[in-house]
Amino acid sequence: MEKKSAVLSEQRPLTVEKSKVGERIDTSLESIRLIFSFVALSAFWLVFGTLVGEYVGFKFVWPELDSVSWLSFGRLRPVHTNVLFWGFLSQAMIALALYVVPRTSQRELYSYRLGWTSLGLMNISVLFGVISLMMGINNGGQEYREIIWPIFALFAGGLILVAYNLYKTIADRKVTEIYISNWYILAACLWTIILVSIAYLPGYQKDGISQTVIQGYYMHQGVGQWFTPMVLGLTYYFLPKLLNKPIYSYSLGVLAFWTQMIFYTMIGSHHFVFSPIPWWIQTVAIVFSVGMIVPVTAGTGNFLLTMKGSWRSFARSYSLPFILVGVIFYAIVSYQGTLEAFRSLNKVWHFTNFTIAHSHMSMYGFVAFLIWGGIYGLIPRLTGSEPPQLAVGAHFWLALIGILVYSIPLMIGGTLQGLSWIAGESFMESVNLMTPYWVWRAIGGTMMFLSHLIFAYNVWKMRPSTWEKLTQVSQS
Amino acid sequence: MKFDFHKNHKLLFGTIFWGFIFLSLIISVLPALWVQRENEPLPASEPMTDIERKGLNVFIGEGCVYCHTQQVRPIEMDENWGRPSAPGDYARIDRQDIWRQTPAVLGSERTGPDLSNVGERQPSAVWHYMHLYNPRSVVEESIMPSYPWLFEVKKSPGSDETVVSMPEDYAPEQGQLVATEKAEALVAYLQSLKQVPMDAPASSVSNEETSKEISESQKKTIDGASIYSNNCASCHQNNGEGVQGAFPSLVGDPVVTDEDPTDHIRAVLYGMQGVPIEGENYSGIMQPFEQTLSDEEVAAVINHERTSWGNDAPTITAEDVAEVRNNDELNEITAEEE
Repeated sequence: MEKKSAVLSEQRPLTVEKSKVGERIDTSLESIRLIFSFVALSAFWLVFGTLVGEYVGFKFVWPELDSVSWLSFGRLRPVHTNVLFWGFLSQAMIALALYVVPRTSQRELYSYRLGWTSLGLMNISVLFGVISLMMGINNGGQEYREIIWPIFALFAGGLILVAYNLYKTIADRKVTEIYISNWYILAACLWTIILVSIAYLPGYQKDGISQTVIQGYYMHQGVGQWFTPMVLGLTYYFLPKLLNKPIYSYSLGVLAFWTQMIFYTMIGSHHFVFSPIPWWIQTVAIVFSVGMIVPVTAGTGNFLLTMKGSWRSFARSYSLPFILVGVIFYAIVSYQGTLEAFRSLNKVWHFTNFTIAHSHMSMYGFVAFLIWGGIYGLIPRLTGSEPPQLAVGAHFWLALIGILVYSIPLMIGGTLQGLSWIAGESFMESVNLMTPYWVWRAIGGTMMFLSHLIFAYNVWKMRPSTWEKLTQVSQS
Repeated sequence: MKFDFHKNHKLLFGTIFWGFIFLSLIISVLPALWVQRENEPLPASEPMTDIERKGLNVFIGEGCVYCHTQQVRPIEMDENWGRPSAPGDYARIDRQDIWRQTPAVLGSERTGPDLSNVGERQPSAVWHYMHLYNPRSVVEESIMPSYPWLFEVKKSPGSDETVVSMPEDYAPEQGQLVATEKAEALVAYLQSLKQVPMDAPASSVSNEETSKEISESQKKTIDGASIYSNNCASCHQNNGEGVQGAFPSLVGDPVVTDEDPTDHIRAVLYGMQGVPIEGENYSGIMQPFEQTLSDEEVAAVINHERTSWGNDAPTITAEDVAEVRNNDELNEITAEEE
């Protein structure tokens, strides 16, 4: 970013010096310990999960990379998605929520013991999930609920404890108003508990088609009622806080909230357009996919209008650029999702690599970037230890260029795949034509993975310096 | 009652919780219940056997669904894969055991071919075993993983075991390749994936007629090379050279290069099995294309075979194919009358 106002350092002619975070926020040691543990474990799962993703990505170019059953594509693919969903993204979001909710309620977290229990349950669940999937134990090949229920119940238990903990904190708040972040954050927890229960309970999904109706609902809401509201809620806190100004419009946030809840819930089946599930469910899904323009425009508009006039702060901060990228990706992937739902475009893109690009742009460009913005914005202020600015910059640019190099070729290749099928060419054509795009994907993926190693290093650098020192600061 | 959502946490989160349950019921649980009650297996379909069930388990555990759909959409581009899938096609799929849920076989990615009708398209167990042990042994450009852990190498396999003979380049260095129970189950499952007619047998005739009318009205351009690559190349290979010991080469083959095309037409129409060619035995089974390819298509693919890879035999027309079909039908009727 070229800004005249930014301070150019003589010692570091290549980079712009960003401002330091300043004073440490006065928080209890217990909360720092819990939040940092969640962040550290999520960073571990990020590195592990994307190492797996990187490896399976290579297999598209070199299918004979190995022939070990535990490392085969079909077993590692669900490991990749589940580790990043439940290991990295979920736990990183919870880490930030454990700070935001008590802060905006102006009190301590209801119970740290419950917090630690959730941490344990969730990580044991992800660990066992990984092992069972690699052994070839798969719940049924339904995306994002591939971990069998006895193991995933542990995760659900952890989530219920988080929800209870946050609810109790909000219920005993020291302010009258419930800040909009808390609407989003606690709603996300409640919705996901309902979602997971419906997804795993028996009785109404015995045959292949009723199962698919539930799967459409679950796989889409897993994103839309968990990750989306959670990171939006966090952004409603971190963006104004880091800019040191109020959010542009509180009402737009409320509008986006209710429309998100009503519209998003209805659109899951757009993953099964043209499938044998009832036609009316597909049509409802397509109609409400168009309705999604309302919450998305309200949400991104609200964020962008809050940013307006404060661009200087972005140039001077190392956390805000992540948030800017996340907000832009939120808008792009959401409008893209609406387009993909139309029957005419669905024909071209469904079943192709276009959907892989779409899912990575949303989970990575949107969700992960907003999380990183929050982590870099918060953790140094909690622990008093800053990450090296050069390393944060390297993380940012490798991740950003990486996701672009990853997704743009896959979108082009995916479109060509769909057109090849429509033209009636032999199926092998569509496999062969993807090769160069899969190579690009591997290159972009490698950049993303490298950025995660740097992120893990930064988390290490942000660790609480020494507990004694922190204790002294807290007491003084 | 005051709607003070921003101050009353019980009201706010109560609305959020119960509102979402309500929405979820109307968009997922109730429709699923309704669909489940209405859905019936197609009358012509048969229940899954034990071994097919085990095969479905392997199919799910190995994550085959991440690349292979089982869902033919009612749009033109999916016609290659079979008739459009119906809810009844999935009515017989159910929960495997108490630990796992009903498998999701419809899929969301088509990195590999759709499998709705693979049992019809590729009925040969030999092909499936070779393909699972190393996909590139039969489909050169395939990027599918190999599944060697579904096989064992044995010095002297028992007589009741399934021995898989691989071409030299892919065979284990010593001993013989034997399919494990899991591989046998998986192949049984794949072979069972055949689309059955939508209606009861009685009305299937009129159905066939309408589908013929549709295909005639669309008048697709018929291209022998692409019919070959969609239907024949997985065994006989794109270079026509087949796979040693399993699928015969078409290059210089006596039937393919014969001036009289009758045997060539018959092989395509009715399939072939266990016929030694020039003293060599082939373990593969060739399926009949009588039902799936029209006379024009059979002629096009035969002409492709007769004029490619150095073959230089006289070409044929759709009328030749029709003649063989009619003669054989007549002969059959006379044979039955006698």
